Amino acid sequence: MAAGTRGGQHRECALGRSPLKPPPFDYAAPTTLDEAIGLLAEHAGAEARVLAGGQSLIPMMNFRLAKPGYLVDLRRVAGLAGIRREGDTLVIGAMTRMAEVERSPEVAVAAPLLTEAIGLVAHVPVRNSGTVGGSLAHADPAAELPAVALALDAELVAAGPGGTRTIPAGEFFTGPYGTALAPEEILTEVRLPVWPGGHAFTEFSRIHANFAVVAVAALVDADGDRIRRASVALAGVGPTPVRAHAAERALLGTSGDAEAIRGAAQLAVADLSPAGDLHASAETRLTLAQVYLRRGLELAVSRARNER
Amino acid sequence: MTAISVTVNGRPHTAQVEPRRLLVDFLREDLGLVGTHIGCEHGVCGTCTVLLDGHSIRSCITLAVQADGAEISTVEGLADGAELHPLQDEFSEKQGLQCGYCTPGMLMRASEILAGNPDPSPAEVREAIASNLCRCTGYQFIVEAVLGAAERMRAAKETAS
Repeated sequence: MAAGTRGGQHRECALGRSPLKPPPFDYAAPTTLDEAIGLLAEHAGAEARVLAGGQSLIPMMNFRLAKPGYLVDLRRVAGLAGIRREGDTLVIGAMTRMAEVERSPEVAVAAPLLTEAIGLVAHVPVRNSGTVGGSLAHADPAAELPAVALALDAELVAAGPGGTRTIPAGEFFTGPYGTALAPEEILTEVRLPVWPGGHAFTEFSRIHANFAVVAVAALVDADGDRIRRASVALAGVGPTPVRAHAAERALLGTSGDAEAIRGAAQLAVADLSPAGDLHASAETRLTLAQVYLRRGLELAVSRARNER
Repeated sequence: MTAISVTVNGRPHTAQVEPRRLLVDFLREDLGLVGTHIGCEHGVCGTCTVLLDGHSIRSCITLAVQADGAEISTVEGLADGAELHPLQDEFSEKQGLQCGYCTPGMLMRASEILAGNPDPSPAEVREAIASNLCRCTGYQFIVEAVLGAAERMRAAKETAS
């Protein structure tokens, strides 16, 4: 059946008729946020969606897994892109391209976890178009940036018809590709607290730059030889990225030695029940999560020590 | 239909496109620039790579309307008349292609790599072209071609200055 469909499509091309992959939709590229919000509300019945870089949405539309009847392109909306530091917070505009974040010396200093994670998001040509806000709002359960936001206790700022509101990362991701954003709300920026200690982002993927099977964001802050603060988030082990609070607590007061890390890794997966799929069984995911969590914590601990 | 204005390989174009028109289809079907190939059509293989304002993008997962106002470079713009770009010359010289399907994307990605780093190491080239698949697996010669072009472009720059 699939082969037949493909063959038909190729014949169409040979006859000179235009091939069109995505389903039809109406489109607007407003210049103000208010206008964009108004369009989303106005076209809610057509399942209007926001278009940021399109690096997740357009492939899904090409496969016709997503069929929005209306796209509100944010590329002309002023003020949505940019990186700035506000005291102990790094603020990244939702439309900031991943490649720009990856190259930013300011991000490398204030949120090296993000720099490290972005290097693992697809390939350069995708990062040239893909945006930070787009990845967060897309909320792929195996994506890197949601795990980073969760580990850093980021705040996500959304603008809607009633004004703006701030959503903690812990409440933002509600399910696979699901967020706390209302249909007519637009993510405008993410606010990342500066983490003073060591960091590491580790992941397993089948092929370099493929979607992660399991990804781990690890943060450790040490006081002398003792860990005084730890934050761990995992992706690919459930419908949303998850914080490993039990593992974080277990690390407190330890030196972050191999035994403490092994114990934390076990605790981190104790309550998880990931679904198996063609990429990896549930069991494999749990094993990988422990392995990559151990590696991440080891690296974060050594970096935390070198910080001093 | 939505009106767009783009500059492709230095030539300005205005057109009315359906919003769902993919940039690669706009280039191939509407402008007749069939040098840019279509492969996986979901952003994985890289054969549709073009430069948008100097940065490589996947034109199969970019809408033509998203390119409104942008400068686009495709493989057709690499050569200077009959004179091939050093990258094209080196791909030919070093046999950096077998079937040639990935070549337009490889060339555009390579031109971005060398614009950012005129003297890359073999490892850096390997890492950087990982974004583009060659199913003939001719990567070794592709890497050699990119390094050869880098050398020639550096030499040309030195002669010029």
